[in-house]
Amino acid sequence: MRKVMLVGIAGMFGAILRTAIGQWMGEGSHFPIATFTVNMLATWLLCFFAAGVLQKIIHNQQIIDAVTVGFLGAFSTFSALSMETVLLVESGRIVLAILYVGFSLVGGIMIGLFGFYCGRKLVAA
Amino acid sequence: MWQKAGGGMTTVEVLVIGIGGFIGAVLRLLLSDLLNHKRRMPIGTLLVNLAGSLFIGIIFGLGLSKMWTMFLVSGFAGALTTFSTLQKEVIEQWQSGRKKDAVYYVILTYGIGIMLAYIGYFIVSI
Repeated sequence: MRKVMLVGIAGMFGAILRTAIGQWMGEGSHFPIATFTVNMLATWLLCFFAAGVLQKIIHNQQIIDAVTVGFLGAFSTFSALSMETVLLVESGRIVLAILYVGFSLVGGIMIGLFGFYCGRKLVAA
Repeated sequence: MWQKAGGGMTTVEVLVIGIGGFIGAVLRLLLSDLLNHKRRMPIGTLLVNLAGSLFIGIIFGLGLSKMWTMFLVSGFAGALTTFSTLQKEVIEQWQSGRKKDAVYYVILTYGIGIMLAYIGYFIVSI
């Protein structure tokens, strides 16, 4: 029960911060840059932590779950990516829609691998 | 940064997004704990990402008020679905030699997810 509460509270902050960054970055360009940025940031952090960094500094599994599942899970989003892709296609920007999905997938894998790499370096150090 | 962001977000809006985010994150946790273990595919993550995509399509199609959209889209659906866990799981599948699973997982999530958002959006627009 405590785990559920902690994940929920962390998720609350993740959602608020994501929306705040979205409003701060605005909708100046056609490319959904805000969602892309939070998704890349969250993926790097999650993989960085998953490499053992978080276990090294925090020994409470419930806190670790709150940070990873709660905060980073809610901070990043897949539904916005889906909807933004649909809206890009709807407005006739097919190429941009394909680029957005492609950059998210490939960029997410690359930045995740980089996160794991940085995490392992730090843990080994 | 918070100051700049505050320009568009009132205290009530922050609360509404927060409550939606709480519910979304808790629901994702419960489904992941229930379905992700001991399977080739992280069914829990897949399910929340697909359900959340269909849901966001429906909500966008309905064209609800700003407050409801913030609660259901930015808060609930945003926190229910996740991108970071998805990408981490794909990397882990690939690195543990389950390359076929990783490819299926990507195709299922991105392909079906975006299609469901489209379907949801269209169902309520017509």
